[in-house]
Amino acid sequence: MAEPQHHDEPTKHEEHIVSPKIYLAIGTTLLVFTAITVGASLIDLPGDLNAVVALAIACFKMTLVVLFFMHVKYSSKLTKLTVAAGFLTFVVLITMTMTDYISRAWGRW
Amino acid sequence: MDSHTLAAQTSETAHIEHEHPPFLRHHFASVEQQRETATFGMWLFLLTEIMFFGGLFCSYLIFRNWYYPAFVVASHSLHLWAGTLNTTLLIISSFTMAMAVHASETRVRKALIGWMIATIILGCGFLCVKAYEWHDEWVEHHVPGLNFSPQGFLHGTHDYPDDKLQLDMAEKTQVYFSLYFAMTGMHALHMVIGVSLLSFLLFQAYGGKYVNGHVAPIENFGLYWHFVDIVWIFLFPLLYLISRHQ
Amino acid sequence: MSTIVTLPDQRTATLPKVSYLNKEYGLKSWLLTGDHKRIAVLYLISITFFFFIGGAMAGLIRLELLTPPSDLLAADTYNKVFTAHGIIMVFLFLVPSVPATIGNFVIPIMVGAKDLAFPKINLLSWYLYVAAGCMLLWALVSGGVDTGWTFTTPLSTHYLNTHVVTAGLAVFVAGFSSIFTGLNFIVTIHRMRAPGMTWFRLPLFVWSHYAASILMVLGTPVLAITLTLVVLERTIGIGVFDPTKGGDPLLFQHLFWFYSHPAVYIMILPGMGVISEVMSTFSRKRVFGYTAVAFSSVAIAVFGFFVWAHHMFVMGISSYSALVFSLLTMLVAVPSAIKIFNWSATLYKGSITFETPMLYAFGFIGLFTIGGLTGVFLGSMGMDIHLTETYFIVAHFHFVMVGGMLMAYLSGVHFWWPKITGRMYPEGVSKLAAVITFVGFVLTFFPQFILGYLGMPRRYAAYPAEFQVLNVFSSAGASVLGVGYLLPLLYLTWSLKYGKIAGSNPWQATGLEWQIQSPPLTENFVETPIVTHEAYDYEWLESKKENEVPTVG
Repeated sequence: MAEPQHHDEPTKHEEHIVSPKIYLAIGTTLLVFTAITVGASLIDLPGDLNAVVALAIACFKMTLVVLFFMHVKYSSKLTKLTVAAGFLTFVVLITMTMTDYISRAWGRW
Repeated sequence: MDSHTLAAQTSETAHIEHEHPPFLRHHFASVEQQRETATFGMWLFLLTEIMFFGGLFCSYLIFRNWYYPAFVVASHSLHLWAGTLNTTLLIISSFTMAMAVHASETRVRKALIGWMIATIILGCGFLCVKAYEWHDEWVEHHVPGLNFSPQGFLHGTHDYPDDKLQLDMAEKTQVYFSLYFAMTGMHALHMVIGVSLLSFLLFQAYGGKYVNGHVAPIENFGLYWHFVDIVWIFLFPLLYLISRHQ
Repeated sequence: MSTIVTLPDQRTATLPKVSYLNKEYGLKSWLLTGDHKRIAVLYLISITFFFFIGGAMAGLIRLELLTPPSDLLAADTYNKVFTAHGIIMVFLFLVPSVPATIGNFVIPIMVGAKDLAFPKINLLSWYLYVAAGCMLLWALVSGGVDTGWTFTTPLSTHYLNTHVVTAGLAVFVAGFSSIFTGLNFIVTIHRMRAPGMTWFRLPLFVWSHYAASILMVLGTPVLAITLTLVVLERTIGIGVFDPTKGGDPLLFQHLFWFYSHPAVYIMILPGMGVISEVMSTFSRKRVFGYTAVAFSSVAIAVFGFFVWAHHMFVMGISSYSALVFSLLTMLVAVPSAIKIFNWSATLYKGSITFETPMLYAFGFIGLFTIGGLTGVFLGSMGMDIHLTETYFIVAHFHFVMVGGMLMAYLSGVHFWWPKITGRMYPEGVSKLAAVITFVGFVLTFFPQFILGYLGMPRRYAAYPAEFQVLNVFSSAGASVLGVGYLLPLLYLTWSLKYGKIAGSNPWQATGLEWQIQSPPLTENFVETPIVTHEAYDYEWLESKKENEVPTVG
């Protein structure tokens, strides 16, 4: 939830313009990590490590996109809170649903 | 006190007229306020999109745990090269879109138009590859409800000779493909909407808009486009990668 | 703190020459308007329309239940009627009722803005609402839907031959209308506040709408994807909820209630906002514990996302999970109780007057408290197993939704009617209507608690003869209630032409909306107001009146 007491009077400073070099660097990194994640999927890692690696790389790529392509790194606290609120609610949906699915086989108490 | 006498008094002192750019709407005090407001609104919309796809991701998590063998085998039937190609296309298109926003901010019309065209082409490329994959799945009888058959999952394949499921588990691959089509379908629908909106913006940019400081529409469309990219960044490992070696 | 204020002399008040109502004329100026006030009026008209359709369905239900056998309506017709009642009342009345009409009208003025942040999206939201309403009406006249408002799978996907797809899509569209309203409110409250209007100077009405908007934005899309999956399952047969293909019907319940439980807070929170305004104005005191009431709204919104599975205790979810959800459900009682206590404390030593909005607000407090407390019964698992799917549930949520929310809605409509139209409603008959509504309501729904406790199941057209006496009470009450709702429709329409001129601040209230003319100008304020006083500061209002210096507007 966006924090209510947060004072967010419209700021007057000029919007931060991200330089194309950063975009290029981020884009290249994303492509490199795509190659890494595909490569990692072709190797047989022990246990669930394949899934963990793939999802960790996906989270890393998402973070890069959100921070730089979507300018959250340069945005107001309000925007950061909004993004956080979205992921938090998503986590609530998953965890609270999983309380049911994980324990359904435990039987009665 | 009677408020229209009040109105008469104050309208004389009245407000100082600024230089208003034509795109500044009347209820905003300044261009910055308008731009920040629009961006915040767009982020809230993306919040709803997170939850929209969130329901699907949540279902995927549950069913993958329930029908693990079926999800692994069904995942093997997807083309890794197509998924990789599409991921590459989308990431490059995100880069070109970011550059389009930059061009709009720095007010270079030709660059803006060029980057937008590149984004549209890459987006269409993604959709073509996706359509090819869907066609392939149709031919293989993997479309749930319409022409589904579990036969392909009973005897193993050329690449994965061990992919032999019992019939009851093989039928559960239908859940995988239900989610696969729901997720990629919703994603593709967002892509189609994105390409259409971008074409409209391109048409306007061609007419000279968005290089006069009016960045908000391009910027907010960029947010949408990157969001769709992020959804795919997660769909790709979940659907294609994490079951490769199980 | 309390200041006794005599109402201003209304004989000298005149209607302003220019207002949002007469700035432009013609149908087009209404249908293509960007003005939040006009859109609010459009919403008010369309919501009233659907309220009376839904109300007519309720009338049919009560008529059928007058006698034990299913004689007036066949069982399948009865199913369609209660489904229509549920869908219309939930999605086309309760969810948009206060936010889209009163909220739309006063929130921009309360924060000191000229309009909502996105006027076009606001208009789009109304059109989506109308489209959803038309789709639903189409589903009704072309054969009806009989899933209940919950679209329960696999009943809705496999076993019914009614217009589930049309109705489901209608709810989907209505959901987007609600998302856009919520989005607009959040952005407006964050970004469009006037200079000096800090968060803790906002009226509590704005706070409660902010909380409800968060729920709209975060919850509704989950309903959208769920209904999309239902529609896909019904049309092309994908297998996410279908157990024969390996899907899980309980997953549908999880996703559906993930929205639909917060949705009850979407419905009630704006009503609570109305009550805060009315309580303060008619006891001429600052709302007791302003900060606590403000944060309790946000707390209700946050807790609302953690309790949904209490709708599913007997559906076969894990008993461990049910335990967790049952405990969390108890938490919601805390912020709700904070509100009730603080409103009561506001009355203490206030200069209370009994105008119609205040009467409705008293109705709200009594009935909502009963509804909320029975909710605690239902949240405890042991009781819930006994009471679920009985009329106890029906009585519980009608106490909250009709006794609570509808009372608050009517309170708000009466309270802001002078601001919206510039004219007063007739005080005598409206007080009568408030009392009739209260009596009719208690007579209708109190017997249902007893019926449910005795074991009468809901959603059936027929019942054992031993339940008839209480059902006759309930149906009799429903007809009284019907009169209570028709009266405002009549006298409010009458007052549009014949009501007394209201003047800008008939209640001597402190909100920014009362410091401008009624009906307001299209741009609300002649110049951007600079806010220097706290919310509900009646001493500031007094000194403003004495000095006649326009500090605002």
